[in-house]
Amino acid sequence: MTGTELWPLLSEGLAETLLMVGWSALFTLVFGLAIGVLLVLTERGGLLPAPGLHAVLGAVVNIGRSLPFVILMVAIIPFTRLVTGTSIGTTAAIVPLSVGAIPFYARLVETALHEVDRGVVEAAQAMGATRLTIVAKVLLTEALPSLVAGLTVTIVTLVSYSAMAGTIGGGGLGDVAIRFGYQSFDTRVMVATVVVLVVVVQLLQMLGDFLARRLSHR
Amino acid sequence: MITASGLRKVYRTRRREVVAVDGVDLDVGDGEVFGVLGRSGAGKSTLLRCVNLLERPTSGTVTVDGEEMTRLRGDGLRRARRRIGMIHQHFALLSARTVAGNVAFPLEIAGMPAAKRRTRVAELLDLVGLDGLARAHSAQLSGGQKQRVGIARALAAEPRLLLSDEATSALDPETTASILDLLRRVNRELGLTILLITHEMDVIKNVCDSAAIMEAGRIIESGKLRDLLVRPGSRLADRLFPLPEASGPGIVTVTYVDRADRPLMSDLTRRYDVDVNVLGGAIETVAGAPVGRLRMRVAGARTDEALDHLRGEGLLVEVDR
Repeated sequence: MTGTELWPLLSEGLAETLLMVGWSALFTLVFGLAIGVLLVLTERGGLLPAPGLHAVLGAVVNIGRSLPFVILMVAIIPFTRLVTGTSIGTTAAIVPLSVGAIPFYARLVETALHEVDRGVVEAAQAMGATRLTIVAKVLLTEALPSLVAGLTVTIVTLVSYSAMAGTIGGGGLGDVAIRFGYQSFDTRVMVATVVVLVVVVQLLQMLGDFLARRLSHR
Repeated sequence: MITASGLRKVYRTRRREVVAVDGVDLDVGDGEVFGVLGRSGAGKSTLLRCVNLLERPTSGTVTVDGEEMTRLRGDGLRRARRRIGMIHQHFALLSARTVAGNVAFPLEIAGMPAAKRRTRVAELLDLVGLDGLARAHSAQLSGGQKQRVGIARALAAEPRLLLSDEATSALDPETTASILDLLRRVNRELGLTILLITHEMDVIKNVCDSAAIMEAGRIIESGKLRDLLVRPGSRLADRLFPLPEASGPGIVTVTYVDRADRPLMSDLTRRYDVDVNVLGGAIETVAGAPVGRLRMRVAGARTDEALDHLRGEGLLVEVDR
């Protein structure tokens, strides 16, 4: 394969990867944050203790986390078809990617919120703050640098998951690497794809680190 | 301002019960600074947190400014808490907010409009002596400055009661003194009632009008500081003035308030022909008045007469038996 053939291939793969990762990151942020907050609220001694709900949520998150992504991807094909109408292609890949990353991020959110000083939460309670105020203005705000750092880790994980999604027709750089690199014995394509992925991950990590640092006042 | 009666707080773990507060009655008057002294684990922190119901008492009632706190829940409780300020040992400032943002927080909770908030925050920072630091973050502040922010924040919503949870325990002695001065000042200038808990006798001595000693969940002694000091067998007096151990015939401990300037001992030897041997003692300023305490050995035929003379002068005389 020549250079002129390689470039459109790579740029199209990159666009698909970014599309998959971008959308699934958005869904992961919304649902992971919600589940993480709920985990913290419902725990024993939390702001809204509900041990039953907490146990169920925890179990669901653990199941999601323990399934290998390749298995998960195949296992939820019916669900994917229900949501997107198809089980192959870039749009379809967003579903398993989100489902795989949401429990992962939810745990990171839980950890980040646990790091918020209990004394500060208690101070807000002593001021007569509502639970909603405490979640919005104390827990999430104080944990923001950790939440951003956790999201960065999650997005980088999504980039590598998205390569696997490529194998079920999700497209993206993973697809390019496998079909044009691995299966066609073309080392140049393989190396070029890996280089692009490394650069993407590097840029994402740098952006995440920069934001987390900017937001932290410790 | 605060009336607590029959207050009990029991923590149940799987294996056993821990009684943190064991039947406490407390009466804190309007405008006074009331200190609860005790070691860690004595239950004083739980007691304090029962006042604004951060801990709900297992039984008993707490009334603050005429409102029975223990009856309140949900929104009513939150509204009542907004009228009670609280400061914390580790300051509990929001690290994501500036000094001004921290002080504004209770005002946001109370729903004050932004323009009014700004004016009020500026007033408060001026009151606690931090007007240049409005835009600093708490990580840039010293411990004393952080506690000043804590005090400004606690005063923001114009409470009539301030709860202080070991507010100076994380501070060095000089900073402690300046924070105590500030507390004393807001107590006088704003007519604020303060309930504080501490393990430091110095805090009690320097700012409190009244005090209670807490041990194993119970209050074992409480009252106005000046009364407590001249009460026979007072534990508070013992802690305030650690005297050398001595026993045997003629060992006497005398405590006197406001009489530090009179030559009582030389008077004694001259009039009653007794030998007075001072073993130890000190004069301290307590609640603004000089208080002295001496342990001495008095010997001579007219010892009893001599001690009666001291009692007649209004001194507390405790004879070791």
